Amino acid sequence: MPTQAAELVFDEATKVYPGREGAAVDHLSLTVPAGEICVLVGPSGGGKTTALKLVNRLIPLTSGYIRIDGRQIGDYDVTELRRSIGYVIQQVGLFPHMTIEGNIGTVPRLLGWDRKRIRERTGELLELVGLDPDKDRRRFPAELSGGQRQRVGLARALAANPALMLMDEPFGAIDPIVRARLQDEFLRLQQELRKTVVFVTHDVDEAIKVGDRIAILREGGTLAQYDTPQRILEQPADDFVADFVGRDRALKGLALRTLGELELSPAGGDDGLPRLPADTSLRDALALLIAERRAALLVVGADGSPLGIATREDLLT
Amino acid sequence: MSGWLVAGGGGGPVIPNFGKPNGCLKNNGWFCADWVREHWGDILQPALVQHIELTLIAVGIGFGASFLLALVGFRFRVFDLPLGAATDFLYTIPSIAFFQLLVPLTGLTVTTIEIALISYTLFVFYRNIVTGLRGVPAEVLESARGMGFTRRQTFWRVELPLAMPVILAGVRVATVSTIAIATVGAYFLYYGLGGPIFDALGQPDIFRTELVAAGALAILLALAADALIALLQRVLTPWSRIR
Repeated sequence: MPTQAAELVFDEATKVYPGREGAAVDHLSLTVPAGEICVLVGPSGGGKTTALKLVNRLIPLTSGYIRIDGRQIGDYDVTELRRSIGYVIQQVGLFPHMTIEGNIGTVPRLLGWDRKRIRERTGELLELVGLDPDKDRRRFPAELSGGQRQRVGLARALAANPALMLMDEPFGAIDPIVRARLQDEFLRLQQELRKTVVFVTHDVDEAIKVGDRIAILREGGTLAQYDTPQRILEQPADDFVADFVGRDRALKGLALRTLGELELSPAGGDDGLPRLPADTSLRDALALLIAERRAALLVVGADGSPLGIATREDLLT
Repeated sequence: MSGWLVAGGGGGPVIPNFGKPNGCLKNNGWFCADWVREHWGDILQPALVQHIELTLIAVGIGFGASFLLALVGFRFRVFDLPLGAATDFLYTIPSIAFFQLLVPLTGLTVTTIEIALISYTLFVFYRNIVTGLRGVPAEVLESARGMGFTRRQTFWRVELPLAMPVILAGVRVATVSTIAIATVGAYFLYYGLGGPIFDALGQPDIFRTELVAAGALAILLALAADALIALLQRVLTPWSRIR
């Protein structure tokens, strides 16, 4: 693929499984701009995983088109197509008989890279996903924890520097604390790498946290809404979407904004207010005010210098 | 080395030469080191070499044939049941009867023994190869497919290596059991370690030292083969011992 990140277009993409009534994915049309994370979310039966697997042709399209940087996926040689797309699944699917290095080097080997280049790339990726390039390289997957295995899965998908990544509930089987950490690290990585990512989850909170855009699919595989997290929370297209994102969508919306985005009133001396850094989400800030029964807080910069005061009303408007 | 006929019935076989009629034969105790020393070169060692040969050929050809059959049974499920049933059936034939059945076709030859031995290995090999290949986790296959492995690459680089622990377990069982069954072939043809065993049994008074010596060699051979394959397992599939 020509560019660092590819634009992905679903154009009336439809999948009907033979012998099954109704479509799994029904005339799905949406565009994922290059370098953005598009989260497919929805109830089971919404066809999110099917839609994902249409892209690397693990499932063949019934009708419609999918294009990567303008080229139809059907025009690629299928193995070539798959080798050019990063693929991460929930159960990771590492090769148990290969070392971590062997696993990460899988696609580069298929592409015929030389040993030295693969070795360098493996070290680079281990470091990137927070593993130890010296110690972990020679270990087998069975020697790693679930979280570490998923990191290796991510590194393996990134190995040949694909312009497009498909991630099917990548953090679904991991406990909540590790999951939150992996999400944060993934977002940090994405800041750097700027891949185009299609990310499937059934967890609305994860979708809001991870997605630049969210596509909500309803039963029967039709698109209910495709929008930024903010707009989905603030202006759900219909009752289904409102219902799906939950009654607490206003609170979820607070999680998307930080104290630094508010207009603060000037700080006047040290008045004993709770101090919070500017990158704290409004949701966490509000939670603190409620817990401490306070009406306002002092927003501070990274160096601890006061930036201004935010009141409870400021947070809520 | 010559193929003495030691059949139970018909026609007084030539009694092998037990050397100087020394104390060993006269006393006929359970074990007489003198006899073993004296006849290592002309009886025991050749029998041992023949036995190893019998086993290697049977296991080698048996594995090759099973591998091809297992590929068919693995790729095309419809063939799995009949192929499995056929190898099961071969395994149920009592060995003496099997050798006897083959004699009219292939005569009193090493080939007859090999055919029977090979047939017995099919049962273990076929089952283990198919089971090993089927045991590869679905998510591993999915990620292989998703990363752009061709079908052939998936087989050689993923399915077969992951089936190796089960396949090697089969090699172990088949080898050890072939070493044991191969002694029975000497009921028809003086060949392998079964030769001296049946020879000893054929004596009017059962020559104990020869029986014990040849029997012990068969046991030691089986143990050595077992240990060797166990070592092979460790070397070839280091990952399978984790956890």
